[in-house]
Amino acid sequence: MRSFGTNEVWFILLSVRWTLLLSAAAFAGGAVGGLLVALMRTSRFAWLRWAAIGYIKLFQGTPLLMQLFLAFFVPGIFGINVDPWGAAAIGLSLHASAFLGEIWRGCIEVVPQGQWEASSALGLRYWRQMRHIVLPQAFRIAIPPTVGFLVQLIKATSLASIIGFVEITRAAQVINNATFQPFTIFGLVALTYFVICWPLSLYGRRMEQKLALATR
Amino acid sequence: MNYVFEFSQVFAAWDELLAGALRTLWLSAISMVLGLAVAVLGALAKANGPTWLRRIIDGYIEVIRNTPFLIQIFMVFFGLPAIGLRLEADEAALLAMVINVGAYGIEIIRAGVESIPKGQIEAGRALGLRPLQIFRLVVLKPALQAVYPSLTSQFILLMLNSSVCSAIAANELTAAANDIQARNFRSFEVYFVVTAIYFAMSVMFWGIFTWIERTFLARPASR
Repeated sequence: MRSFGTNEVWFILLSVRWTLLLSAAAFAGGAVGGLLVALMRTSRFAWLRWAAIGYIKLFQGTPLLMQLFLAFFVPGIFGINVDPWGAAAIGLSLHASAFLGEIWRGCIEVVPQGQWEASSALGLRYWRQMRHIVLPQAFRIAIPPTVGFLVQLIKATSLASIIGFVEITRAAQVINNATFQPFTIFGLVALTYFVICWPLSLYGRRMEQKLALATR
Repeated sequence: MNYVFEFSQVFAAWDELLAGALRTLWLSAISMVLGLAVAVLGALAKANGPTWLRRIIDGYIEVIRNTPFLIQIFMVFFGLPAIGLRLEADEAALLAMVINVGAYGIEIIRAGVESIPKGQIEAGRALGLRPLQIFRLVVLKPALQAVYPSLTSQFILLMLNSSVCSAIAANELTAAANDIQARNFRSFEVYFVVTAIYFAMSVMFWGIFTWIERTFLARPASR
């Protein structure tokens, strides 16, 4: 049996870069998809709204783990092979698109109707209204819940370990299988996630309080 | 696309899927009830308890909300035996789920309790209600009404998250799916069907929660 020493600690701590990279990829993909879902969800065309609602309900009503399994196995149906990294990045991006889409829809809807009316009286069409009038105002309100979801997403990347992607949780399991020091090893991993997520949570909460004061 | 779908092998294992789904429902329902108890007691202690207790509860909430559920399960199942507490996979799954949902629940209930105007409690006292009656009727019920949507979404999320318990081979739906696909290699078909079952269970819980709200939490009709 291997002993649990400095090398093992480093192996686990260094694999945190894959957690961060996967989080970044999923957040980037989710931001693009989420904006699309939010725009569809607030569209004037009913069929676009319904498509977005269906997408959101589907992803909010099924386990993320199943979404990752399907992201892993569905491409195989079309003869495409994906590795665990690709499946995790795609699955988490689709997942994040649904949640960010729903969060951002709320932020878009909070922008007062008068802003739409005023900007269309100024002769602006939908895209320029969105870009110059509505989204900049929605953006401010969106920061706290978006940071909150980012924390969820970083934690969610741990599930990529189950489909075999070696990020920090998987690395910890590998080391644990060789050294069998579960309390220390998973404690270390929990601490690592905490060090990443806690400051974000605090930042999100502070922004929320600031916003609440500003809009009171 | 030359893939041949083979769902019959999945449906042949319907008894395993049904048993798994029932285990998931059971596990979720129990942890919702226990989690709600933890949440109410925790919120109560956080509002009225001594400072040291509040600090402990704050620490518990922050630790749970900023670490992944999967790691929490591993800590309970693999970590606790190191300090002499050995649990079966199902017990560990249940404990981890209660610990997890309790932390989110405390914050939700606290927000609900804080939304109650102080005058309402004073009015209850003026009417001669006993402290327990005040807590139950004037504080807890309106608080639950106020935060019911967030509380129930958290519960549905808990049910969906229970699939992660398959990582320690607890007896539930995802573990059943893993067993079936390990036998017949119809991975896509198995997980597709199981995803649909989870979706149906979310819809079912949503229906039950709506029914509970209408039956037990309905506000008196306002003028």
